[in-house]
Amino acid sequence: MSDLTRLTASDLASKLSSGEVSSAEATEAHLARIREVDGDVNAFLHVNDGAVAAATAIDRRRAAGEHLPELAGVPLAVKDVLVTTDMPSTSGSKILEGYMSPYDATVVAKSRAAGLVLLGKTNMDEFAMGSSTEHSAYGPTRNPWDLDRIPGGSGGGSAAAVAAFEAPLALGSDTGGSIRQPAHVTGTVGVKPTYGGVSRYGSIALASSLDQVGPVTRTVLDSGLLHDVIAGYDPHDATSLDTPWPSFAAAAREGASGEVLKGLKVGLVRELTGFSAAVDASFRAAVAKLEAAGAEVVEVSAPHFEYATAAYYLILPAEASSNLAKFDSVRFGMRADVSGTVEDVMSATRGAGFGPEVKRRIILGTYALSAGYYDAYYGSAQKVRTLIQQDFAGMFADVDVIATPAAPTTAFKLGEKLEDPLAMYANDLATIPANLAGVPGISVPSGLSADDGLPIGIQFLAPAYEDARLYRVSAALEAMLVDEWGGPLLDRAPALNGGSR
Amino acid sequence: MSEITPDLVRHLGVLSRIQLSDDEVTTLTGELDAIVSSIAQVSEVATSDVPATSHPVPLVNVFRDDVPGEMLTLEQTLQNAPDSDGSRFRVTAILGEEQ
Repeated sequence: MSDLTRLTASDLASKLSSGEVSSAEATEAHLARIREVDGDVNAFLHVNDGAVAAATAIDRRRAAGEHLPELAGVPLAVKDVLVTTDMPSTSGSKILEGYMSPYDATVVAKSRAAGLVLLGKTNMDEFAMGSSTEHSAYGPTRNPWDLDRIPGGSGGGSAAAVAAFEAPLALGSDTGGSIRQPAHVTGTVGVKPTYGGVSRYGSIALASSLDQVGPVTRTVLDSGLLHDVIAGYDPHDATSLDTPWPSFAAAAREGASGEVLKGLKVGLVRELTGFSAAVDASFRAAVAKLEAAGAEVVEVSAPHFEYATAAYYLILPAEASSNLAKFDSVRFGMRADVSGTVEDVMSATRGAGFGPEVKRRIILGTYALSAGYYDAYYGSAQKVRTLIQQDFAGMFADVDVIATPAAPTTAFKLGEKLEDPLAMYANDLATIPANLAGVPGISVPSGLSADDGLPIGIQFLAPAYEDARLYRVSAALEAMLVDEWGGPLLDRAPALNGGSR
Repeated sequence: MSEITPDLVRHLGVLSRIQLSDDEVTTLTGELDAIVSSIAQVSEVATSDVPATSHPVPLVNVFRDDVPGEMLTLEQTLQNAPDSDGSRFRVTAILGEEQ
């Protein structure tokens, strides 16, 4: 039965639909896998004790002849930044320990309506601030490829859960790379949709002009299937785009034939540097594959990308300092047991409830927004944002998609960058520009590092609203690479035996 | 451009309602100084002729009809409150003695 955890969501959905497998069996297999390996991986903060009952309810509906959505009965892991009525939602923070939301995030409600079975909530850097999950108040997640290494962040829990076969699908959120960078270091697939393409209602806000919710999976098609479930207009989210979206699963299926690559113009960004030799080599090899399949590869220029990380670390803390003001010890969350005025209690609560990275960013954001500095910092960062959007517009006038390595290095060791915030921030240099410009991005595995045998991802970026193009192109590359490897990259990950901890 | 001092960090802690220990102030002063020096480079290209962008995708303000929406019940609103009297959030004194 444990083989059920190795199936892609697409294949599992077929077996569920044909009646070969029940959702209860599939769900129990994943719960067993979680029990077996999650003591080591720590991908989950909470496991849903109602999962089997939800699966059984789907099985009953199917048995009664009801026509169910394609993914009905497939298990799903949910990043803890997304609120759920039946499980605690903490966003990886002590200040929200035990918080039970009175409503479901829209993406969670849509997932339930599509018959997906919620397995549990996944670990993350506190309030999604980080690139390693080491900033979680509940301990780090470990990379299934090497338990001494980081699984990326902030959504390391979701990426590790799918990489360790604890879930076929997961939901993530991406503010500066929190879906794509974990995909890169865990050999999985992650998509940041166009800004506004997926509702953020019920996603605990980090930086509202950057946040986007998206799929975390093992294959491009599975991301497309999940993206189809969660995409679309939501009146509860004022930034939600009222746009009809094509089927991303159909785009992935269409792309897998490789025809899409013939005549496709792929741009490589001249100014994007700072990747390790092994990451660069894997990237070049993947680009050569695209070229051999008929793509035209050209160099494009983004002169302002070098300022993207700096602008991001002004805009994000500024917006976060405002968004996190709601943790005031009055309406929900922790309240410190101290005497004094409500402001004294508030300060003591926030001092005790927030971890070091969250404090660092709130203080930084408060500084960037303070009188006398606003124009020099936040105002300038917003101008850089304009320049980066202009860079993208210029590049997309010449090419269909942009390709970059997804992150500078393979997974680094736990603890390696924890005391050096600037080194940690540099992990997002390839992913941040997409958030500043609102364009969609995907990270798909390009291979294993010649140095350390760890996974590497290639990122594709497309113009806003052109998410389907990403699915076509990356499905084409994925099909060629899996063929070359003789199977999915994750087949080469070391077995997790469990019980070592 | 950076002028991060322990006093400034302490002041920012007050503004952001985060109680900081002396150790935290010391650590944050050094870290913020390094971070601010690094991110200050944005001013190199942010010249006066560049318009600022607040959101990545052009958006218009959103209105809905002025009718009651799906609101939380009183019970739902208070379910996570650290303290309440059943119909309101309860807090300690709003004003200090000298106020």
